[in-house]
Formats: sequence, structure tokens, C-alpha cells
Amino acid sequence: MSSNITITIDNQEISTTEGEFILNAARANDIFIPAICYLTRCSPTLACRICLVEADGKQVYACNAKSKNGMNITTSTENIEIERRAIMEVYDVNHPLQCGVCDQSGECELQNYTLELGVDSQSYAVKDVQRDAVDWGHLHYDPGLCIVCERCSTACKDMIGDNSLKTIPRGADPLEAEYKESMPKDAYAMWNKLNKSLIGLTSGEDMLDCTSCGECAAVCPVGALVDTQFMYKTNAWELKQIPATCGHCSAGCQISYDVKHTSIENSDEKIYRVMNEWNYVSLCGAGRYGFDYENRVKAKDEVAFAKAVEAFKQADTIKFTSTITNEEAYILQSLKEKLGVKLVNDEAKSFQTFLKNYSEISGTKLYSNDLKATHNSNFVISIGSALKSDNPNARYALNNSMTVNKGAGLYFHPVKDPIIEGLGKSIMSVSHAPLQEEAALYLILDLFGEKEKLPSEVVEYLASFHSEKTVTVTETIKEKVIEIVKEMKVNEETGEEEEVEVEKSKMVPKKVEKEVVVDDNRLLQILGVDDSFMEKLEKNLKKKDTFALIAGADLYNHPNSKNCARLLALIEKYSEFKITMIPALTNTLGVSLICELDDEVGSSVVGYNTKGDFTLSALGDGDLDMPAINQQEGTLTSINKRVNPTNAALSYNGYTLNDIANALGLDSSQTIDYTASLPIANGFKAVDFDCLPNHYDNDGVEHRGYLLENVTTKTSADESVDQINEDKLEGSLIYLANPVRQFNDFTNKTTNLDEVSGVYMSADYLNSSDFNEGDTVKVKTNNGELVANVVSDNKISGDIVILPTFDTNLNSEALFSGYRFNIASIEKV
Amino acid sequence: MKNENFNDRNVSDDYFKVDIADYPTTGWGKFKRVIDRTFKIELLVGLWVVLREMFKFNIHTVKYPEEKMPIGPRYRAVHEMKRLWESDTDRCIGCGLCEKICISNCIRIDTKIDENSRKEVSEYSINLGRCIFCGYCAEVCPELAITHGGEYENASDQREHFTMYQDMLTPLDKMKAGKQLEFEGFGAITPHEDERVKKTPLAY
Repeated sequence: MSSNITITIDNQEISTTEGEFILNAARANDIFIPAICYLTRCSPTLACRICLVEADGKQVYACNAKSKNGMNITTSTENIEIERRAIMEVYDVNHPLQCGVCDQSGECELQNYTLELGVDSQSYAVKDVQRDAVDWGHLHYDPGLCIVCERCSTACKDMIGDNSLKTIPRGADPLEAEYKESMPKDAYAMWNKLNKSLIGLTSGEDMLDCTSCGECAAVCPVGALVDTQFMYKTNAWELKQIPATCGHCSAGCQISYDVKHTSIENSDEKIYRVMNEWNYVSLCGAGRYGFDYENRVKAKDEVAFAKAVEAFKQADTIKFTSTITNEEAYILQSLKEKLGVKLVNDEAKSFQTFLKNYSEISGTKLYSNDLKATHNSNFVISIGSALKSDNPNARYALNNSMTVNKGAGLYFHPVKDPIIEGLGKSIMSVSHAPLQEEAALYLILDLFGEKEKLPSEVVEYLASFHSEKTVTVTETIKEKVIEIVKEMKVNEETGEEEEVEVEKSKMVPKKVEKEVVVDDNRLLQILGVDDSFMEKLEKNLKKKDTFALIAGADLYNHPNSKNCARLLALIEKYSEFKITMIPALTNTLGVSLICELDDEVGSSVVGYNTKGDFTLSALGDGDLDMPAINQQEGTLTSINKRVNPTNAALSYNGYTLNDIANALGLDSSQTIDYTASLPIANGFKAVDFDCLPNHYDNDGVEHRGYLLENVTTKTSADESVDQINEDKLEGSLIYLANPVRQFNDFTNKTTNLDEVSGVYMSADYLNSSDFNEGDTVKVKTNNGELVANVVSDNKISGDIVILPTFDTNLNSEALFSGYRFNIASIEKV
Repeated sequence: MKNENFNDRNVSDDYFKVDIADYPTTGWGKFKRVIDRTFKIELLVGLWVVLREMFKFNIHTVKYPEEKMPIGPRYRAVHEMKRLWESDTDRCIGCGLCEKICISNCIRIDTKIDENSRKEVSEYSINLGRCIFCGYCAEVCPELAITHGGEYENASDQREHFTMYQDMLTPLDKMKAGKQLEFEGFGAITPHEDERVKKTPLAY
């Protein structure tokens, strides 16, 4: 591990860790070093070269030079200033003077650094090439404005993992030869590279086909890459930034809603875009583009409100989803205590039960890891989750650990995922059969568990999978062969050429067949991986020291979910893996910690964001309107075990859940008055909402809300786990998961997220079956049936058909009995 | 410096105090003042001046509204939107700087992307009831598009009085006739601008 050291920057002593980049160390201590191309959490690009500093008398780039103890750094010398000024002059060469209509509207790093370095005249010139703006779908690229800092492609590769952008040749004239001599060295080298490249699509096609996160446009320092939906809508300086937390999935990303009046005629505020602190948090497409899901209500509907209060009085059950704030969950729990109603939320209930089973062995109420630690680890396993759509940030963590920490990964999931496989060579995908998650967990225990400490029954059981087998291996060995070659040589005495025999030895590869006794692990067979798995894994495991495991919703709804939870706890306890669990919906974790949930629905149901006899809905389709998450103050509990505050970006004129609760006898003027009352016994803290911060420090330290305390729970000495049930789901399989950028009805409601709902089939599946895109099919299982159109999805492969949950009209949950996989018959209608 | 220097406010010896009698404080004193003011013929002094000038027939005032004074080219009255001499198209590029700089917050601009992927002003309004005609908008405009004009008659029966983009834009027939006037006030190009600019080198 890295140790604390002291370095000196501009006569200021600062402490940092060994091997930290100088730039990061300086930023953490509020020392300014100009830098354009570097992104925190990504690998240094070395495109801009402006972060030149002098370390111990030698010029280095602060973004990739590592700190050593006692290093003495000067951020500015005469030569460095000359280089920096020349670099900024070069960036301004042929840059169009159209700042007035540029969508960056002043948030421009080119402008900032040009002014910072006082560039007031230009000394260089090169003939410009035709650079036409292109439309890439959700993004618009104007190469004329591009300074090829490669931040977009770096973010895409190192953080997101799509690898959709790369540099392409510009086709410009070479620079004039005299510049090589006359220009500062680094400025020339940087210009020489800049003059040869532009940004293009890796696929070589006209349109972007990626997971559409828009992170590239967010990191763009100039207005070259902009979101098509935002183009020429408004100037950045007119927008008011509302600090908030994204309400779409459990990642709880820091965002700010940028709001302004809708138009000259309409002074109602509207969200124009979503921004993030991209150095410390990366958004997915849903978070970035799915912002207009607010529930606009003209006025308070008193009739509906009276009916709602009446419905609550008569109801014996409140059914709800986890897309609510902690405070609302607390109100529901208080109503339960007051009115004696049942609270039903199947998805949170299964997570709650899973956590409870897990804590019986682990001894803590919550899992131990979070996504930030996953980013920093170098071997990551994902199990039981369609990672890219369940929690995009977990995928970024997996990718980031591989690209920046030279890590490797293991991805256990029945649905083959080209996006995950495309993250790099060091990720191994295991597409096991559904229901075999336990076998995968046993495999992890077998491979990584400390056998001396594990309960003996488990060790014995694991040993029972191993047997020895003799295999014939073909090895290539190099053999020394000596051959005699005739050569012509000049005889030194006579001066004539004559033939001489020379002995030469050389190494020749030779294939040898050998019989070797190897270990045969039947778990690998059960999971359906080939023989090369162990060999590849061993290679990937070299030099790995921090291990993280991400577990997903397939395990919570597994028929043997209790056993899965206990196995996970054993992995946590007896191996180096630290576990993160992905809560299925936005605030599943919060709900499961706050509410006492029941199993069965009673006879009279009030539904909140879900259908009931009386329905409260933030979607605007219920009997009484409720505010959506972007219209509410409150806190959301994220996967990182953090209670994040979110603010109301837009006003809401109707009734809230708190109004109903007050009418039913609770007493609180605002919903956020409950923030300090959240259950301390479950790890919450008694902090008022207004005291919760929501920002990052320059060194990346997160000041957002507070961290839940991971409360210790009682454990029983019983650490027994069930054996594997080798039943597999086989045949025509369906899986419950959303496409990328969709999570629930709220993302479905937004205008920019235009994913088509339907039955998702991979290209392989469409080719091998007689279905075509657009066919109407009937999907039938033991639990129910639905009719929908076939949608071709190139972000999955294999034979498993995917049904989404973001479209409630489809009601795909009705086809499943808890577990996310099922067998179905699919036929054309 | 000592405080006395500041406290001594008798800047010059030329100052003298106006001889004003004390205000009456008693009822009787007040009554006497009313009687004095009413029956002394102070009122007639002013009326006499008017009467005298009336018969001289040498009137110096402008007979507004029949007559109007010529307005200087730098006068700051109701805004105008100028067109480009070359193409007759609008000069405004929709940068929004006028909206930002406006200190009485009376300018609003809506923009959108047009069919040629260019920025287009979809709506523009100035609330003249709030405008203080300070000239900042004309000064900040990078395209010399928004300027002040000479039209000062904008009385209205409401405090809010909006003017829209099309009303301010130079009419096409006036433009075609070459009668668009350039504004010489705030924001206009200063003389000898060319000599003061350092040229950027070009490779072609």
C-alpha cells in the first residue's frame, strides 16, 4: 500500500501518498497547475502538455509524474511560462471566433486558459482543413471547435468502457518546417500531434451506437461535443443550478438540475440539462437525459385529497415502490404504526430479507464495500446482475478498476453481454445457466476462500467437487538443433572467397504431447466454462491485491436466496473479497431499513406509484397526484450506503404525502422535518435536512449527506449453508431487465429517453429463430402471458429474451414468480 | 491626517448663510405667515413675466408635438435592431449578452436551433417600462445589432410596455433604400480601430 510522504510545491510543504500524480496532490491542496486534458480517475492522456512543472530541476508533466518523498516542485519557471503561452497560442490557431453562439457559453476552458495565460496575439499559423459539424444522434460534434484534448475518448475508454470515440486523422498540411526550430519544444510536439488528429467514432459508422451516457459531452472543455437536446436552447449563465441526487437508480449520483424559465411567455421553471462533477462522478444516459419526469399539477385538488384521506382510513394495505425518499418511507412506516395498515413492497422486501440473512453470518446490518472502493480495487467480480442496466455506475467501477488499476474482472451472468465483454481482455464472462448462482458463489469460495478458516463442512463439500484427471497436453517446447551450414567466406590469407562449413545452433519449436494429472473442478462444469478458464484466471490474478464483489438482484429473488445470502456472507468473512450489493430500485436500501414490510396484500389497497384501489401517483396517472423526485426535498439512500440529500428543482402545486399524513393525525409542517427522525438503530443519523452537504472537495472527498453506520448485528454460530441444487432452467428463457438508459416509469416518461418498449431479442437469437424485428409475439409462462412487439437489441447476445420493467403497460413482472428468469413459450401472433 | 481636517467643512470663505427667518412655532405666528403670503403680491410677479413675454411674440419654446428638436446620433431612446448591409439579414446572433448585462433585467431572449443547425432567435422582448436606457445592451453587443434609436415617444397607459424583435428590426424597405442609420453611441466602432488591431498571421 502507498505510504504518506511530504513533497514541496512552490515552497509549500504538502503531504500526499507515494506515487500520487503531482497534479492530483497539488489540486488536493488548492495549488493551481493549469491542465486541460487530465481527468481525475482516468489515466493521463498527455495531449495538452500544459501541466508542465519542474520537479527536482527537471521538467515533467504534473499529470503523469508520480510524487516521491522530498520532491521539490516549482509550478512556474520562465521556460514553462513560455511553453504554456505557446501551447495556448497553438490552441487558438484557427479556432473560430464564434463564442457568441457556442453552446459552451463561457464555461470554456479554452477561453479561461487563453485569458489566464494572457494570450493577446498570435504568432503561429497553419492552413485549416474543411471540418464540418456532424450529428451523431444524441451528440453533436463540431470539429471546428475541437482542440483534440481527447478528454471525451479518455472518459469513454477509462471510465465508461464503451470505447466509442477515438482520434482519427485530420488530413491537414504538415506544419511549416521552421517551427520545429523556432517554437518551444513541448508546444511544437503538442501542435504536431494536434494537427494530425480529430475525434471520430471507433465503429466507423455515421451514428453513435453506445450506451449513450453523454459523459463525453460533459467533459468536453470547449463546445465541440454538445448534447443535441441542449443545442442553442439557452446560455449556461442563465441557468440556476439546483444541487440534487439522481432519482433513477440506486447509485445516487450527484447531479445538478439546471433550471430556467420555460420561455418569454411561460415563466414556469423548466429543467434544461443535468450536470455532474465529472471528475468525481460519472452519470449514465438516464441520469443525464432523463430529467423531465416532473408531475406538473395546476392546483390542489381538494376533492381528490378528501377521497385519498378517506381511502387511507379504510385501507388495510399500502402498496408502494422504492422510488420514494427516505422521509416518505418514514411517513409510510408512521402510518403503519398509527393506522395498523400493512406495507407491501415486494422488491424491497426481498432485499430486506436478503440483507437479514446475510447479516446472520456477517454480523453487520449492511454489506461492507461501496462503489468507490470498487473503483480502486483491481479484481472485481459481478454476480447476479445485468450490470450495465441494473446499475451503470457499478459497470463504470468495474471498467475503471480494469483500465486504471490494471485490474481484471469476472462477470457471472446467464445473459451474454457484448458491452461487458467489450470492456477489455481481462474480463472473463461466465454465462452459466439460470439458477446456478449458488454454484458460482461456491466457486468463488473455492477459488478465493481461506480454507483453514472456513467451516469444515463447507471445505469438505468444496473438496467433493474436485477430482483428479489425466489429460493429454500438447506443449510447445523449444529444442536446440545444431545444423551444418555452408557459407561463403573470404579467406583472409588468400583474399579469395571459399566455402566453409559452419556449425550453427538454433532454437526450433517442437510440439510434445504429455500426459499430466490435473485437478478437475466439477463446479466449472456445472457453470459451463471451458478448460482454459483456470489458466486464464491465474494469469488475470497476477499482482492483484484488492478484491471487490458486486452482487445483484438475481440473488435476492433467487428461489434459494437465503442460501445465496449466507454464501455471500461466507465469502465476505473468509476471503479477501469485499461485497457491494446493488439495491434494485432508487431507494430500495432506504426503504428496507426504514419500513417494516409485509408479504401479503389485504383487501383494500392504497397504491403509491403502483396500482391500488386508490392510487397516489407521481406519474400523473393516479387518483391523486404526488410530486416526482425532482420536485421534492428529501434524502435517498444509495448503493454506497450514503444518505444523499436532493432538492426540489421544480415547484409542485399539489398535495404531498405529508399533507395526507397530517390529515391522518401525524404532525409535521414539511416532509423534510422527518429527516432527523430516521431510525438511528438502523444506521441513520439524527441530522437535520438543512445540515446535509452536497458537494465534492478538490481532492475528490465526497461531502454528500452522511454515511450510514454499518450497525453490528447478533450472529449465531451457525454458518451452515445448503448444498447446490443442480436444477437448471432450460429451454426458451426470458429475463426481467431493462435496456440501457431505462429504469422505471419515470425514465419512460421523459422525452429524451426514447427506447422502444417490447420483447428484446439479440441479433443472434433473431437470426436463429424465425422472429423478425417488429413482429408481434405472445410470451407465455406458467404465471401469465403478454403480447408485445419484438425489438432487436444489439447490446445483448445469446438466446435469452429480455422483458423490460420500465413500461408498466407491458406488466412483464406478471410473467415471473419472483426470480428474474423464467421459462416461456414465445410465438408469433 | 487629523480628524479636524475632515470635520472642517467650510471649504471656502465665499460661503454665506441665507437669511431665513425661523419657522413660526405658535399658532398666532403661523396665522400671520399665511396672511403675509396671501396678501403680498408675490403671485403677480410670476404672472407679469408670462404676460410680458406673451405680448413680445418672441417665443423660444419648441411647439411640441408639432415641432420636434433634432436628436443627436448618440441619443439613447427606444432600441433598434439593425440588419447587415451585405445581405439584409438580421445582425443579431442570439448570443444573449444583452440579456445578461441588462441591469434592470428587462430583456429576455429565447433561442432555438434552426433547420440549418444555426442558432436562431425565436423570441425577443424588451420591457420598456423597466428599461432605464443606460446603453449597456448596445455597448455589449458584439455584432452592433442592438442599438439605441431616436424614437423617444413611448408613453403608455401601463407600466409594462413590451417591444418585440420585429418592431425594432429595420424594415426591409428602409434597408433596401439604404436608409438604415448606424448608431454612433455606446458600442459603436471607435475611429482608427484598424490601426490599433494586431493582425493574426494566416497561412493562406
